[in-house]
Amino acid sequence: MTIPYLSLSIWIPILGGLFVLFFANENRASLARLIGLMVALAGFAITLPLYVGFDSSSSAIQFPEFKTWIAYFNAHYSLGVDGISMPFIVLNSFITVIVIIACWGSVQAKVAQYVAAFLVMSGLMNGIFAAQDGLLFYVFFEASLIPLYLAIGVWGGANRVYAALKFFLYTLLGSLLMLVAFIFLFMESKGSFEIADWHALKIGMHAQTYIFWAFLASFAVKVPMWPVHTWLPDAHVEAPTGGSVVLAAIALKLGAYGFLRFSLPIVPDASQAMAPVMITLSLIAVVYIGLVAIVQTDMKKLVAYSSISHMGFVTLGFFMFNSLGVEGALVQMISHGFVSAAMFLCIGVLYDRMHTRQIDAYGGVVNVMPRFAALFMLFAMANSGLPATSGFVGEFMVILGGVQFNFWVGALAATTLILGAAYTLWMYKRVIFGEVTNEHVAALQDINFRETVFLVVLAVCVLAMGLYPLPVTEVMHASVSDLLKHVAAGKL
Amino acid sequence: MEFQIPNFVPLLPEITLASFGLLILMVVAFAKRAGTTAAYYLSHLALWATAVAVFFVSSELDYTFGQMYLFSPLGDFLKLAVCLLVSGVLLYGRPYMQSQRIESGEYYLLILFATLGILVLVSAGNLLTVYVGLEMLSLSSYALVAVNRDAVRSTEAAMKYFVLGALASGLLLYGMSMIYGATQSLNLIDIARTLFEQQAANRTVLLFGLVFLVAGISFKLGVVPFHMWLPDVYEGAPTPVTTFIATASKIAAFAMAARLLAFGLWDLVDHWRQMLLFVGIASIVLGNVAAIAQTNFKRMLAYSGISHMGFMLLGFISSTPANVHHAYASALFYVLTYALTTLGVFGILSLMSREGVFAEGIDDFKGLNKRNAWWAAMMGIAMFSMAGIPFFVGFFAKFFVLQAFWQAGYYGLTVLAVVMSLVGAFYYLRVIKVMYFDEPDMPQLIGGGFLVRSLLSVNMLCLALIGLFPSLLMQVCVVVMQNSL
Repeated sequence: MTIPYLSLSIWIPILGGLFVLFFANENRASLARLIGLMVALAGFAITLPLYVGFDSSSSAIQFPEFKTWIAYFNAHYSLGVDGISMPFIVLNSFITVIVIIACWGSVQAKVAQYVAAFLVMSGLMNGIFAAQDGLLFYVFFEASLIPLYLAIGVWGGANRVYAALKFFLYTLLGSLLMLVAFIFLFMESKGSFEIADWHALKIGMHAQTYIFWAFLASFAVKVPMWPVHTWLPDAHVEAPTGGSVVLAAIALKLGAYGFLRFSLPIVPDASQAMAPVMITLSLIAVVYIGLVAIVQTDMKKLVAYSSISHMGFVTLGFFMFNSLGVEGALVQMISHGFVSAAMFLCIGVLYDRMHTRQIDAYGGVVNVMPRFAALFMLFAMANSGLPATSGFVGEFMVILGGVQFNFWVGALAATTLILGAAYTLWMYKRVIFGEVTNEHVAALQDINFRETVFLVVLAVCVLAMGLYPLPVTEVMHASVSDLLKHVAAGKL
Repeated sequence: MEFQIPNFVPLLPEITLASFGLLILMVVAFAKRAGTTAAYYLSHLALWATAVAVFFVSSELDYTFGQMYLFSPLGDFLKLAVCLLVSGVLLYGRPYMQSQRIESGEYYLLILFATLGILVLVSAGNLLTVYVGLEMLSLSSYALVAVNRDAVRSTEAAMKYFVLGALASGLLLYGMSMIYGATQSLNLIDIARTLFEQQAANRTVLLFGLVFLVAGISFKLGVVPFHMWLPDVYEGAPTPVTTFIATASKIAAFAMAARLLAFGLWDLVDHWRQMLLFVGIASIVLGNVAAIAQTNFKRMLAYSGISHMGFMLLGFISSTPANVHHAYASALFYVLTYALTTLGVFGILSLMSREGVFAEGIDDFKGLNKRNAWWAAMMGIAMFSMAGIPFFVGFFAKFFVLQAFWQAGYYGLTVLAVVMSLVGAFYYLRVIKVMYFDEPDMPQLIGGGFLVRSLLSVNMLCLALIGLFPSLLMQVCVVVMQNSL
């Protein structure tokens, strides 16, 4: 009997989260954290065989699980991963462990609910990446809104209610339009929800265009692409640290993943026809949002805008339809998962001590927190795409792909290396360097053991991926080239 | 003409319920104080005995009393559902009725007779039987709304309900008379046959009659433009009575629509589809938009109920010859799951009210999570379910209906309905926001004994459970519809 790794990676965190909710009530916060950490570690451990046992020479769906779910609609509990989705399941489970560790000191209210929300979310996100059935995907996709909505609203900052609602309604609108597209595909494919059937389904150009826009409505909001990005800075600023980490590291990837899993293969011709629009929007995100990031006075907002800018790189890579672009974008997604998580955690470390995120409240932190400053330096470098960090690999590949596609696209995309350095390092300089500006900063304590652990672990990941990205690119290679062949063949 | 003794056996459920009703009448009349408690337990017994009787006599398509009474799996299924729902209504409502000091024998009696009306209605095979069942339900409901007779709001609501309800009954009767005039029959089977065989039956009169019938049904469903009574009645009536009107009554109205339109007047489907399409879309739009402005929980649920019934109608009208059962099954699934969700929500409202406190404002739920995390979660499940977020059953109900609606070819309107359900999400989320994000400003207590609480919890968890495994209920709905129409 084969072990259903994917099911376990989905249901261990969800059931574990519910367990925490029931058995570690609010009076036993440390118990809740401990159980939460064990569940998260178990959830992460169960995803390792996915990576180890993955056959990277094949683009087929691996670790398949198939059971009838809703017989009447011919919907199945159908799971499986290919080279595109597998890394995200591992990443997601890994980030969950970090998030649970990070909440140790910073969350004091309703700890059990906090831990449970993030565990459930982790399971649902694994479900999104593993689902091979459209309805199942949709169910996970929308259900994941609930824990994140609650996380932002309950543990967020001053303006959290507005931010949570905005986040929920924006993403729900997109999802609902996608649901209509799914119903259309279900009818067209004579009653099938299998994503693989939809990939093979012949669709006319007219219908493809409609479906493309419906998918775009859903995925563009999630990515988020300019001009529907405005929910993200609000949500990030108001979210608790863990919420920001999960938002940036995983939730944003859902939209991009959706493009690869749905838009490109199901409506390849419409995708190609719309590529100029998508590339333009992506470049606007890279350049314009990069400029917006420079002028931010709130650290979290700055990193939020930098996330949008980096995700612009991802969509840019996808819609150039060459393997350098797509693989680069995927690497960028994973790297951004580590780097943005680390950036938000660093800001969280400062916020826990000072309870402000305003850049001008800081200055000269290096004098009192040298260890922290060193680690933060590394992440800031990675965020601006310095070679030897993971940030560089993806950006470089996408820029190469861009030049291959069109010189000017590549050139515009390359401005991110300047802009990224400008907003990240300038922020870093103002916060960390210089003389100690006020007595609050002077009273800061350097990071403790727990904080050192999660920052060092992330630093190792960032460096390892920057120095030797092959283990990541290798697993996705076959799937990406297969996908590109499928897209190039078209459906007309 | 020879008189034949009709077959009484299939009437066992109705006879059971009526006998219990008369028994309770006696008990209440002669035993004053203990009578109320006895009436409560006897009512439960009556409902469960009726449910068992339904099982005993459940049959294939059959009729008695010269086709005045029709039996079908749909009827049996709905009777079963109504008995269980009403039992739930009584169970959740009792703490409320006691704390407001309005528990009385008449209350139980009226509920049972209203339920009997529903049972008659769902089995009606004749326009007159439809009317008798409907009036039995309606007259009991008017009295139920006013059961708290010293409260101005309740009596006002009852008056509104009565005046408008009487008007709607009049319209319905008028429509029936026209249909009788055009087809020379009151029996639904004969009407259907006449319409099928003689296309030339007087169309003008027939269509006039149809319009009035649709108006009567729409009133009972509480859909635009016959929805005016709904918010006032929901708000004014004691919460358990509201629960009854919002759950069992809706099922009755669905049964009435299925009987009259989908069965008797099936040949006029192209005409009533147009009417109900307008009614459904208008309800979804108006219900969702108007609900945003409400601060009273019951009024909000009233408007949300209008929009939900609109959604149900979308499934109802999606019947094309290719997918008749599929479309009706989607409507049935919708109305059943809606009733289950609403029952639970009103149940929580009932349990939170206590002497002098009605717990009817949305603000009364402020910070519920901090006081009582379990009930906040239960309420959260219901709200997410109503908003149509998976894994809760509301999503599959909407999905089922929208899929049928799309299949019927209303592409643009499907998108409109979807966008409107986004508007709906806004006010359901506001309840979540109040419960989870706001600080509590008063103690929140949940009344009721252990049994009530645990059953209410099971009710709510069912929303998640059916949401995870919707297959079984869907199959049942489809099979029921296949064997009934």
